[in-house]
Amino acid sequence: MASLWVPLALTLKVALWATAINLVLGVAVAFALSRWRSHAREVVDSILTLPLVLPPTVLGYYLLVVLGRRGVLGGWLDRLGIELVFTWQGAVIASTLVAFPLVQKAARAAFEAVDPQLEGAARVLGLREAAVFFRVSLPLAARGITAGALLAFARAMGEFGATLMIAGNLPGRTQTLSVAIYAAVQAGDDHAATVMVLVVSATCVAALLLAGWLAPDHTRRSRP
Amino acid sequence: MSIDVAIRQSLRDDARRFELDIAFETAARRVVVFGPSGAGKSLTLRAMAGLGRPDAGHVRVDGHVLYDAAAHIDVPARDRGVAYVFQDYALFPHLTVAQNIGFALRGGWLNPRRRERDPRVVQMLALFELAGVADSHPSRISGGQRQRVALARALVAEPRLLLLDEPFAALDPALRGRMRMELLALQQRLDLQLLVITHDAADVEALQGHTVEIRDGRVVR
Repeated sequence: MASLWVPLALTLKVALWATAINLVLGVAVAFALSRWRSHAREVVDSILTLPLVLPPTVLGYYLLVVLGRRGVLGGWLDRLGIELVFTWQGAVIASTLVAFPLVQKAARAAFEAVDPQLEGAARVLGLREAAVFFRVSLPLAARGITAGALLAFARAMGEFGATLMIAGNLPGRTQTLSVAIYAAVQAGDDHAATVMVLVVSATCVAALLLAGWLAPDHTRRSRP
Repeated sequence: MSIDVAIRQSLRDDARRFELDIAFETAARRVVVFGPSGAGKSLTLRAMAGLGRPDAGHVRVDGHVLYDAAAHIDVPARDRGVAYVFQDYALFPHLTVAQNIGFALRGGWLNPRRRERDPRVVQMLALFELAGVADSHPSRISGGQRQRVALARALVAEPRLLLLDEPFAALDPALRGRMRMELLALQQRLDLQLLVITHDAADVEALQGHTVEIRDGRVVR
C-alpha cells in the first residue's frame, strides 16, 4: 500500500503546517480585528472571509498570478531561490489560504466573547498588554480557537482545487490524498480510491470529535 | 494621606449625552461616593483606576499624580498602585482561587501555577478564610467567598488605594450586612485607604466614611 502511505503522509504534513500557520496568523488577525474600532473592520472581515465562498480553483488561480514565476511576488521569490509552484510548500499555502477564515472567524468570536472587564482587572493588577493577552484573553478564547483550528485541519485535509492549481499532481511530491483520489478514479483504480476516501473520511471525523473533546470549558471546570 | 480628584469627561452616543464634572478632596481613610445609577460613579472609579481617560482634570492619591491632563500625565493602570474590586468581582474563571489571589504577584506572560503558594497568598487565604476553597474555581464557590477572593486579589500587592464598585450589590440581603461589617473591620485592621461607590444608603450608614454625593455627573454634597 505504498500508494496510500506516501500521499497520506504528505497530506498530514500539509494539513498540519497549514493549521499551525493559521493558528498564529488567524489568531493574530482575529485579535486585532476584535479590538479594532473602525467601520473599515467589517470590510476587512468580508475580504478575509472570501476564501470560504470563492471556488478553490479561483483562489488557486489568484495564487498562481501572485506567486507564479511571472507573478507579482513570484519573480522576487524566485530571486531568493524560493519556488512555490509545483512544490509541497505551495500546497501548504493553498491549504492555509482556504482554511484561514475558519480559524479567524472562530477566534474572533471567541475573543469578542471574553468579558472586557476581566482584561481591565488584569491591567489594574499590574499586567502589560502582552501579558493580558497571554494570561487572560488567550486562555479564555482557547476553546473557540481550538475548535476553529480542528475545523481548519479537516478542511486542509480535503483541500483539492487550489492545491491542484498551484502544486499540481506530482505523485510523491505534491499529490495529496484528495488529488490522488481524483487520479485513481480517472485511472479506474476504484479499490485505491475507496481506501483513500475512507482514510480521509475517518481522519476528518476524528478531527471533529477531537474538537469537542480537546477544548475544556474553563468556566465550568472545577475540583470538588 | 489624601485623595484629590477633579475630572471632566463628556460622553455621547446616538441616544444621549452625559457630562461628568466631579471634584472632591479628602484626607478621610474611608470615602463613600453615593448616588443613583447613571450618576457617573463608575465612570469616576474607572478614571481613578486608569481604565478610562477623562478629558480634563487630575487624580492624585497621597501626593502621587496618577493623572493630570494639563501636565500630560496619564500613568497606566498597571503602574498606579490602585486596586479595583469590580461589582461582579471579575474573577478569572480559568484560574483557581489561589491563582486568582496570586495573579498580581507574578509578572510576565505566565499565570501562577496551580500548586504554587506564595507566602503572601497563604496569608491572604488565611485572612479571608479561603484555605478550604484554594483549589476551587470561582464558579464553584459562594457569593460571599467570591467577594473575599476579589478583596484578597486586590490587596495582595498592597495597593495605596482600594476602589470598590458597588461591593454589596451582588450579594443577597442576609449576607450584605455581614460583609459590610467584614469590610469595615478589615479597613480598620489594615488601615486601608478605601473608596466605595454605592447607590445604597445603607452602605453609606454602615461604612461611616467621608461621603460624596453625586447626581447627573455633579457633586451635590
